[in-house]
Amino acid sequence: MGASYGKLMMWFFLLSDAFTFSGLLITYGLVRASHPIFEGLPADFIFSTEYWPIPEKVFEAVPFLHGYSLPLVFVGIMTFILIMSSVTMVLAVEAGHRMDRKAVEKWMLWTLVGGIAFLSCQAWEWTHFIVGTDTATMKDVFNLKTGIWDQVKVTGANLHVNQYGPQPFADFFFFITGFHGFHVFSGVMFNFLIYYNTVTGVYERRGHYEMVEKVGLYWHFVDLVWVFVFTFFYLV
Amino acid sequence: MGICIHILLSRITTIFMAHHSNEPQVTVLPPDKEKIKKLWTVAGILGAVTAVEFVIAFTMSHGPAKTAIFVILTIVKAGYIVGEFMHLRYEVKVLFWAILIPTLFIIWMLVAFVYEGMQMPVF
Repeated sequence: MGASYGKLMMWFFLLSDAFTFSGLLITYGLVRASHPIFEGLPADFIFSTEYWPIPEKVFEAVPFLHGYSLPLVFVGIMTFILIMSSVTMVLAVEAGHRMDRKAVEKWMLWTLVGGIAFLSCQAWEWTHFIVGTDTATMKDVFNLKTGIWDQVKVTGANLHVNQYGPQPFADFFFFITGFHGFHVFSGVMFNFLIYYNTVTGVYERRGHYEMVEKVGLYWHFVDLVWVFVFTFFYLV
Repeated sequence: MGICIHILLSRITTIFMAHHSNEPQVTVLPPDKEKIKKLWTVAGILGAVTAVEFVIAFTMSHGPAKTAIFVILTIVKAGYIVGEFMHLRYEVKVLFWAILIPTLFIIWMLVAFVYEGMQMPVF
């Protein structure tokens, strides 16, 4: 095909991975479409298990700014971090083409910083999502012992309860952002490997930096998936 | 723990020292200014499109039109990432189409499933 074996296989792996992510995001679309939407004005929105939440009302917290409503600001910062680390990765690839080891080292290090920063942001976001907001949401929970429905106060979300809306909303949040986050994590591991091999001169002795390109493809794919997660989970 | 780190550091230092002695001769080419400028332009476009998405998110009311705009802008961003950053635009045509054509199935899957979701309300 005119492309090297390694790059070709990476492309086919990424294509199959794209189908996996599509499966997750499309199932989210199916489940969301089967739930009622909030009919009132966004300003009057309150959390309820009766309808699907408006994402910008769920994701409005930013570290160190407790109590302020800053919808989608933090997730915007995360998007910016990931785009920037994609740029530094492609600059590392460019440096590799020129056999410039020092430049590859520099840009791989920046890419690593970006990846770790993104993961840290996600750790904070998950913590906030799990712990919940200051005001609890009332929810009907079926009591197995008494056989009646109890009104319970719910804060935060996990795979059993969800204060933000119907249970599947929390489940999808954990599965979709979790699966993406795990990709970012493995990407950081691969990037570190590339950085290490560059520093120790493995690619210089090999005569080419194609590994940087292959792992670069993976890293850009992680950014690509985030673009879709950002739109379909946070914006729409 | 401290000893472990010390050993690790000394190993790394050894590696650093080592490749000075038996380093292969490589010619480093100067940076391709035009190419680098283009990459930053693409990054600028991605940032700008995201900024536009933010503006739309808070100025337009929810509805099919808003969703359609978001989908189009997402595809624009995806096009730049795959085409420029992943270099697919410049690969051989066979590879280009081998990647692009199967993604049509994703669109089919999307339409079919979301339609199905609208037909089976939970409440």
